[in-house]
Amino acid sequence: MIALEDFALDGNAIGGLLIEVFGTEMTTAVGTCASCGAISQVAELAVYRPALGTVVRCRNCDAVLMTFVRIRGIICVDLEGLASLT
Amino acid sequence: MAGTAVRGRLTWQTATAGSVNDETATVRTIGLDVSDWPGHRAGQHVDIRLTADDGYQAERAYSIASAPGEPLAITVERLDDGEVSPYLTEELQPGDLLEVRGPIGGYFVWEPAFGGPLLLLAGGSGIVPLRAMLRCRRSAGSSVPARLLYSSRSWEDVIYRSELDDAADGVEVFHALTRSQPPGWAGYARRVDGQMLAEVAWPVAQGPLAYVCGPTSFVEAVASGLVGLGYPAGRIKTERFGATGQ
Repeated sequence: MIALEDFALDGNAIGGLLIEVFGTEMTTAVGTCASCGAISQVAELAVYRPALGTVVRCRNCDAVLMTFVRIRGIICVDLEGLASLT
Repeated sequence: MAGTAVRGRLTWQTATAGSVNDETATVRTIGLDVSDWPGHRAGQHVDIRLTADDGYQAERAYSIASAPGEPLAITVERLDDGEVSPYLTEELQPGDLLEVRGPIGGYFVWEPAFGGPLLLLAGGSGIVPLRAMLRCRRSAGSSVPARLLYSSRSWEDVIYRSELDDAADGVEVFHALTRSQPPGWAGYARRVDGQMLAEVAWPVAQGPLAYVCGPTSFVEAVASGLVGLGYPAGRIKTERFGATGQ
């Protein structure tokens, strides 16, 4: 039995998607969790790839930080879980 | 939309498969010919996109196996339930086309200027980006001290076997074979644990730089182990490949 967390990737895996969305390399960008305040480089965040989109979670408290969903050629981005991304 | 591509942005390019080389029974290295390839850094990856006749597309990320300055190559492990890897490792022929996007990555990269001593920890196919780092170190003539701890299921599963055995450039290689070992095996015969890390890892006082890559569970265990040895979190770079079902 494989634990759900073992399927998690990290921000490295969505490096290409992040360049599509932000126009620049983002894996070294620093995000602050709006739920617990944990600070982390994007490369080190937990990334889940459900069939319909990409979910990025805080490693400290598991809160959803970012979601990306591709619909008819458009990427919908939700960054509300982040207090900041620099 | 090649004509509208903005320099610096990532665009899909057509790649022609060149040489294919079977590293193990389930792992293959594929040379990719991309016109105007901008070059890459050790540790980066490319996204590969396949389009089926019905228009269905599948995209996957694969670490670049070659060093900066060498032709682009990726090493792919066939996953039993994979959607893309069975095609790449068993059906793709030299001359076939696929779409490539990259190089991608600015976190999990190493170059000689970063210094060391360098501690590379690989689980299974996690060896791929680390091998690119070692080839980079070698081709640059770098004397940065380097150690590799490489965990595999068996000797037959070790990727780049003969290349890693050549310690001529001063890299110390430690193998951990977790499921079966050849007769007379004198290396580690268990999964990486705290004791093994304590024996292999550079002392913290030397300011080592660690790169951990492989299945998520491997990366989590090893990164925790290094923190337990006193490695600062900022000196441990991680890249997780997910679960392989092993």
